[in-house]
Formats: sequence, C-alpha cells, structure tokens
Amino acid sequence: MLIKTAKPLPASEITDPLFFYNRRRMLKGMLATAALASGVAPVAALAAEPRWQGLPAGALSDKTLTPTPAALVKNYTNYYEFTLNKEDATQLAQALPTDPWSLEIAGEVEKPGVYPLEDLLKRQTMEERIYRFRCVEGWAMVVPWVGFPLGNLLKTVQPLSTARFVSFTTILRPEVMPGQRTKSLLDWPYVEALRIDEAMHPLTILAVGMYGDVLPKQNGAPLRLVVPWKYGFKSIKAIIKIELLRNAPVTTWNLSAPNEYGFYANVNPTVQHPRWSQSSERLLGDKLFTPRRATEMYNGYGEQVAALYSGMDLRRFY
Amino acid sequence: MRTQAADKYWWLIFGCGLLPLLALFADIAADNLGGNPIQAIHIRLGDWTLRFLCLTLAVTPLQTVSRWRGMSGYRQLLGLYTWFYATLHVLAYVVADQGLQWRAIVVDIYQSPYIWFGVLAYMIVLALGLTTSNWAKRRLGKNWKKLHRLIYPAGIAAVIHYFWQLKGNLAMPVFYAIVIVALLGFRLLVWFKNRHLNRLLIPLGRKTGSG
Repeated sequence: MLIKTAKPLPASEITDPLFFYNRRRMLKGMLATAALASGVAPVAALAAEPRWQGLPAGALSDKTLTPTPAALVKNYTNYYEFTLNKEDATQLAQALPTDPWSLEIAGEVEKPGVYPLEDLLKRQTMEERIYRFRCVEGWAMVVPWVGFPLGNLLKTVQPLSTARFVSFTTILRPEVMPGQRTKSLLDWPYVEALRIDEAMHPLTILAVGMYGDVLPKQNGAPLRLVVPWKYGFKSIKAIIKIELLRNAPVTTWNLSAPNEYGFYANVNPTVQHPRWSQSSERLLGDKLFTPRRATEMYNGYGEQVAALYSGMDLRRFY
Repeated sequence: MRTQAADKYWWLIFGCGLLPLLALFADIAADNLGGNPIQAIHIRLGDWTLRFLCLTLAVTPLQTVSRWRGMSGYRQLLGLYTWFYATLHVLAYVVADQGLQWRAIVVDIYQSPYIWFGVLAYMIVLALGLTTSNWAKRRLGKNWKKLHRLIYPAGIAAVIHYFWQLKGNLAMPVFYAIVIVALLGFRLLVWFKNRHLNRLLIPLGRKTGSG
C-alpha cells in the first residue's frame, strides 16, 4: 500500500503569518524568507516585531489574570487534524497554508458570500482579551488573545430573524493534515456551533492573534473561535466557514461521544465528565507541588453568561 | 528467594530498575517534561508500573519455554519494582498533583471512574507487595499462589485505568492490553495442556509431553 506523506514544506510558507494582515509588512516577510534561506533561524526573524504590540486591552479583558508563558501555550495544543500529540502539533501545523484565506458566510444572513479574510478584518477593531482557557481534559491556561467580538462580524452580514444557531467549520486539507486521513476517531471536517445568543455575546471573540502577535498555526491561525466559558473543544481552529442556521447542527465531539461531550459544554465543576471529575483543574505553568485549582462555574464568567442559561437543567444540557 | 546462580543478574536487574526513576529526576531537573509536567510524571510512572508488571508476568512463560529454572528470584524483584513504581505513581497524584488536599482527592476519586480502576489495581499490587517475604509465603501456604494470581486482574484494571482517562490517543493502553492478554493466554494454554491434554492422550498410549 502506498502511504502518502505530507509534501516537504516550502520555506515561503513558514514565514507567511507575517504576510497575512498587512501588505506593507510583506517586504519584511521577504527578508525573513531570505534569512531563512541563508540559514538564519526563522524564529529570530519572526520575533523581531510582534504584530499587535501594546494593543489596548478590551474592557472585557481580565487584567487580574497572569498569562501562561507564551512558549507553553504555543507547544501544548489539541489539534487532532494534525496529531493526537499536543507537542507535535507545533511542527506539523506549519504545513497548513494560511494565506490567502477566505471565509465563507452562509445560511440565514442578508449578505452571504465568500470573503477574503483580509477584507473582513479591515472592518474590525482588534483588542486584547486576557481569558481563562479550560480544556475538557482538566487542564487550564490564561491566554492573552488578540481578536474582535464575533457579534461585530455577524452584524456586518446581517443575520435574519430565523437564524437561531451559528456553526463553524475547520478547513479540510487531508494532504497537509494527516489526522484528517482517517475518520476512526472524529468525523472531518471539525464542526462546532453556538446558539445565536451565545455567538452574539460580547465575550465570544474570533481571535487572529495572541501575546500581541499573529496567531501561531498550531493555535488555530489564521482565525479561531474563543468562547471562554466553554470547554476548549468548542473554540474551533482554522475556520473557513460560518453558517447561520435555523436548527442546531451536529457538532464533531458530540457526534463522536454524545454522552461525554454535550452541545453546550459549559465549564461546570458540578457536572462531571462520565469518566473523570471536572471539580478541579491543573493550571499549566504552575510549579511542581502546586495543588490543582478548583474549577469555577462557567470558568469564572458566570456573572456575564449565567443569564443565557437561566431555567435550564445544566445536568441535562451539559 | 533468589538462588546463588542468579546473583549477578539479580543485581543487574536491580540496578536497571532504578534507571527510569533517575531519568525522571533528570527530566524534572532539566524542565524537560513539556507543558504539563505533572501529567507527564503520572504517565511516566504509570507506564513503568505497567512495563514492570508485564516483565513480571513474562518470567514464568520464559521459564517454561527456555526450561531455564531458578528465575523466580527475578520475578520477585520485578514484582517489587511494579509495586515501587505504582507507589510512586500514587504518591505523585496525592502529593504533587493534589497537594495532600484530602477533600479534593475524595471528590476527584469519587467522580472519576477511571481512577477507581487505578485504586483497585493498586490495592492488589499493595497486597502482593506486602506478602512478598518468605515468611508470608510460608504462612499463606497454598493461598499464596492463589493470592498472587490476582496480578492478572491488577494488570487488566491498570489498563482500563489508562484507557479510560484518554480522549484520543489509545495506542499505549492497547499495547499493554495485548501484552497482558497474550501472557495470560500463554499461562492458560499451558494449564490446559497439563490438565486436559495429557489426560486425554495417556489412554491412547501416545508419548506425552514433559508438561
């Protein structure tokens, strides 16, 4: 049997986050490529100037939180399209071309279409959002994202009154995403969804960067969702399609194990995963012998979001 | 338990058994355990527990196949290393991960079925470890062998404990499950051959295996 492997990565693709947002920066990107070709470490070239250094923190950013070290966040990602190994995703994800990128907006909207991402981003005001990030596996981070409220983007395409849910789809590229070549664990492409009021909530953002710089590919470049009060698997990476729907769509983890991963997936210390407790979490970056911290209801965002679920049985709608 | 001839190898196995722990200390000191070092420690110690358990279970089949006698001393040593790494695995959870907060530990175990299987496996390994001595062996008589057969259920419980906590990558627990089932299967085959096959074959006047 012939097993196809990913094509070797062209050097031009390694530096493309620099190209992505700003054409004036293309020259620098080319220089970085040249530096790479001449054997200079590409990391040094990329690190020269973060894209959004000193960006003002948004009003909804939690300034009391201390961000997890960036190197840790960049090397600990669940990106099953590439690998089941959190550390290996860093290298493998570099094979995904993220420029150019288009975003399809479809379904119950006045202005459906396929938009160049650059055009959509030009109309958005970027801000920093320092958020807790809690994985369903029981670990947590604090990440300073760079992005904009999803609601602001949705308003530009004018959702119809019939739109009750918003679904998101990750790019399907099995030739560079080895995990997508088998559907034994998950059905591809990865799909996630929110209720329309969750999607319009000001805490829900689309992120294009973190730590003041362009989003690394392993963290979901060029565009990912961040819903801080939900388990991390809801915060879908590398989005190519946003669809507004009348009815709730089937989402990937929910399809794979419906009794373990619900549609809502709100962080809730009182509702355990069928196989493990959600009562506590390991905050990454802590020193050894630091005890696990108690998990907070809605990951600490209850004040802002609890009203969305008032009257709902959270044991049933997990 | 160990025989005179086994001494040299006994010390060799004893020395090698400490290497995974030294390697772990080196990785902790060098901050080489990735983004979630506590979990890496859990997995490392749990993996070595399962590896020593498999090695312990492999001694008797190896003895049967090779007809090399006097390996029970190694089996005992490997069994003790299984207990040793299992204990470190439990201590890492209780002390390093949970910081000895007993309330949190009780809640965590109560709500985590995958840990129940780990607790079951450890209870068995603990009982076997505590009855290692020749004194205990004499005291327990025939029951000692019955008790120590629980190593198989312990292995199976440990694999379930491993398998059940994972979301995606199930390669390692599946590997251990295959090894343990194969070793158990070998013992059952030998048992079947000795108990039944010989009995069936003798009346026919055929030559029987040495069993």
